[in-house]
Amino acid sequence: MAKGVKPRVKVPKSAAAGDVITIKTLISHKMESGVRKDGDGNIIPRSIINRFAADFNGQNIIDVTLEPAISTNPYFQFKAMVPEAGEFKFTWYDDDGSVYETSKKIKIA
Amino acid sequence: MEFTRRNILALGSGAFAAASFAGMPAFASKTDDAIAAFTDGAGVAEGGIELTAPEIAENGNTVPVSVVAPGAVSIMLLATGNPTPAVATFNFGPMAGARSGATRIRLAKTQDVVAVAKMEDGSFRKAGATVKVTIGGCGG
Repeated sequence: MAKGVKPRVKVPKSAAAGDVITIKTLISHKMESGVRKDGDGNIIPRSIINRFAADFNGQNIIDVTLEPAISTNPYFQFKAMVPEAGEFKFTWYDDDGSVYETSKKIKIA
Repeated sequence: MEFTRRNILALGSGAFAAASFAGMPAFASKTDDAIAAFTDGAGVAEGGIELTAPEIAENGNTVPVSVVAPGAVSIMLLATGNPTPAVATFNFGPMAGARSGATRIRLAKTQDVVAVAKMEDGSFRKAGATVKVTIGGCGG
């Protein structure tokens, strides 16, 4: 597992039923592209997060395939529908097989 | 053919011209190949998709881009001037509130960023934006 990987997600605490909300996610990850060279001219091997998925109550919102051209600390902003109270689940898949997860609850106000 | 000096020169310059011609389309076609793989060879129309990117990016390591395409099933982002043009593909699920996404990307140099969207009716839409990059972001 890459070191110091910490997911951060911004979701409103509550929303009206049927609302469309904006979600922002960020995960600290160096996203080594596999193109860079170290001081001795050796290529530093690729190590990135290759997939990100967000779900609400088990239904998919967005599924993103990431390539090395995504910046360090991959950031995503997208919109989601909130038909009912429930839980958002966010999952990041690393090249090395690790999976980072976090979840956020939302209430209907 | 006799190998006189004149012949060899002509041959050499011809070969050079051929090589440089071969080099140019190969560079552009990486993007075209990626688009063709995404669209399965179908035609791509302009419009119906909006790509927002800065005109000038001081740092190519983090260039904020956002894309909106109402009615899209998935959107692919490409950076035509990067060593590998693929950037990201957004696939929208049933709970997506809008067919939009924003992220931060790496750009190696001044280039065009292209977004291709696959619509619900199976057609494809494309939009592009030119970004001037002051410091490249691929560690070169």
